[in-house]
Amino acid sequence: MHIIVCVKQIPDPEIPSAKFKIDPATKKVVPPAGVPPVISVFDERAVEAACQLKDKNGAKITVISMGQGKVADVVKHALSMGADDGITLQDSAFENLDSYGTAYVLSKAIQKIGEYDLVLCGRQAADWDSGQVGSILAEMLGIPVVTIARNIQAADGGLRVERVLKDGYEVVQAPMPCLVTVSNEVGLPRLPTGMGIITATRKKIPAWTAQDIEIDPAQVAPEGAHTEIVKLSVPIRDVQCEIVTGKDAGEAAVELAVRLRAANII
Amino acid sequence: MDTHKGILLCGEIEKGTLAPITMELLGIGRVLADKTGQELSILLMGSDIGGLGEEALAYGADKVYVAENPLLEHYHSDACTMVAADLCRKALPSILLLGNTDAGRDLAPRLAARLQAGLATDAVELDIDPDTGILVVTRPVFGGNALASVMVRKVRPQIATVRPKTVKPAEKDASRQGQVIRMVAEVDSSTLKVQVVERVEEKVEGVRLEDAEVVVSGGRGIGSSQSYEMIWELARLLDGAVGATRPACEEGWISMLHQVGQTGKMVSPKLYIAVALSGAMQHIAGCSGSKCIVAINQDPEANIFKVAHYGVVGDYKEILPAFMGKLKELLAK
Ligand SMILES: Cc1cc2nc3c(=O)[nH]c(=O)nc-3n(C[C@@H](O)[C@H](O)[C@H](O)COP(=O)(O)OP(=O)(O)OC[C@H]3O[C@@H](n4cnc5c(N)ncnc54)[C@H](O)[C@@H]3O)c2cc1C
Ligand SMILES: Cc1cc2nc3c(=O)[nH]c(=O)nc-3n(C[C@H](O)[C@H](O)[C@H](O)COP(=O)(O)OP(=O)(O)OC[C@H]3O[C@@H](n4cnc5c(N)ncnc54)[C@H](O)[C@@H]3O)c2cc1C
Repeated sequence: MHIIVCVKQIPDPEIPSAKFKIDPATKKVVPPAGVPPVISVFDERAVEAACQLKDKNGAKITVISMGQGKVADVVKHALSMGADDGITLQDSAFENLDSYGTAYVLSKAIQKIGEYDLVLCGRQAADWDSGQVGSILAEMLGIPVVTIARNIQAADGGLRVERVLKDGYEVVQAPMPCLVTVSNEVGLPRLPTGMGIITATRKKIPAWTAQDIEIDPAQVAPEGAHTEIVKLSVPIRDVQCEIVTGKDAGEAAVELAVRLRAANII
Repeated sequence: MDTHKGILLCGEIEKGTLAPITMELLGIGRVLADKTGQELSILLMGSDIGGLGEEALAYGADKVYVAENPLLEHYHSDACTMVAADLCRKALPSILLLGNTDAGRDLAPRLAARLQAGLATDAVELDIDPDTGILVVTRPVFGGNALASVMVRKVRPQIATVRPKTVKPAEKDASRQGQVIRMVAEVDSSTLKVQVVERVEEKVEGVRLEDAEVVVSGGRGIGSSQSYEMIWELARLLDGAVGATRPACEEGWISMLHQVGQTGKMVSPKLYIAVALSGAMQHIAGCSGSKCIVAINQDPEANIFKVAHYGVVGDYKEILPAFMGKLKELLAK
């Protein structure tokens, strides 16, 4: 089985809110100094899901990431978890694409890779939180899509996938090749092994440009974007927290109950 | 683009009635339709729709498209994409709205791709730009740390999924008139690539989170499933439901169905008690609609104190027993 996993590099989504800053002019997040970007959380789970399939059934895992700067780092992270090959997609034409443009570039890269049985994406990128790229990519590749998976097993020549639903889950049978988007329920990502890190460091990660994957410039031109972000802002929160105190924790707790009662909350 | 007119909604049916999100879509759809002087239509897909078409008219639709087929009894990705895309190609709506629900999250991007349209997901605010008449969708990004406004200028339809419980639902007016159109929903089962094997409903213990007036949630700071018992005890005392942060679920202290947040449940109780959780925006996204938030955390700098109305700084293991003791006394009165 050949599995292609699409991973995105994002600003660390777990930085405390107090340190979260944006630049409204460029519509970008300004990460606090010294906090490096990370692999998007659900994409790391997608790598984990791929590794689980590899453990059980044997598979070759290829990781691709479109991005700028140190985008190879997230590919290396995936390699150190157990992926076999990695490719980055780097070109100034790939900057600030919308979900549609992103899916287009990924589809071209996947077509260049050629044969595959399964494409995995995260359920949503943990920065812009859109949850679109996977499904659009599947439509562009002309393959079936199963979204928000919590478990993926090889079965009957295809895949048996459990999809997360509000009040439970749904089990579906999908043929291959197909695309599955992965949710955190598949399990915590495995830690890179020492051997994995060494292999990842030594591995050559080719960087493909727009020309390498035969991108049609019109498809990635800013004028061609389907969606446009016209404003980015940080919401104002004006809640004043009433800190209830006492001579010790127990007394503060009693006082809290009394105040909630007085305010008719309980 | 002048070829595309009107607002189309993708309604949802739940246990034989219009789902709450359908009324919400009709609410915001009516507002946008009136603002732009356009027609409001809605698509209902199901196996036996009965009188729900007429019901949707009473809730504000001008036109209802009813697509009935046994294969549409439950949401099926391939089948619903086919039916909805077909209708969009014929009706050519300018705006298409869905719920940001299990079904809408899956369907919207597939439609966006098939129709080569533009999509903004998880809208919490929708308005019309006065200069251009284009839909402006505001959506939380970066886990809720920021808000982005998105416009679809060049392609049609302009698609958005609307976050449940963020827009005002429509009110019923039985005297409203309109048209119910029964479509021939031809779904060729051989073109359905993905087969649904089974649907499993998992019952949550205790009160349902979505319906609860009080929710008590614990975070990573609780430390063990044994200690989590204290969260259950407090919830029982207040007839409330139990919630959790993602780490608490992933530690296995409680089922994933209890996760509150951006990728979990959205709750809006009268009282939300947050115990030993830091208040990451991805968690707050699921409880910020609460009337009153109470925080118990040992770290005075924790973000939860920036969104809470009442707070106690300290170890929950000391705070909760005293709090519950006093509560029992007050509630007995
Ligand atoms: C300066 C700036 C301007 C922007 N302008 C716009 C704009 O005008 N319109 C707009 O819509 N958006 C804009 N964006 C946001 C945009 O770049 C989003 O990242 C894009 O819409 C892709 O959607 P998403 O990241 O939310 O992906 P999702 O749809 O949430 O991603 C789902 C999955 O797709 C895969 N994936 C996504 N991206 C990649 C990638 N790069 N490499 C590999 N796999 C990937 C991952 O598996 C991911 O989990 C802008 C961003 C910046 C920084
Ligand atoms: C895309 C994305 C989606 C996500 N979706 C969700 C989601 O839906 N729901 C969700 O919850 N998270 C979600 N997360 C994760 C989220 O970012 C946080 O990591 C998570 O909410 C933190 O959980 P926590 O508060 O339990 O843990 P921590 O952040 O580790 O906080 C534990 C807190 O407990 C306090 N504490 C410890 N011991 C005690 C004690 N004895 N007494 C009192 N206080 C104590 C500490 O001071 C600390 O503040 C998501 C993340 C991403 C990137």
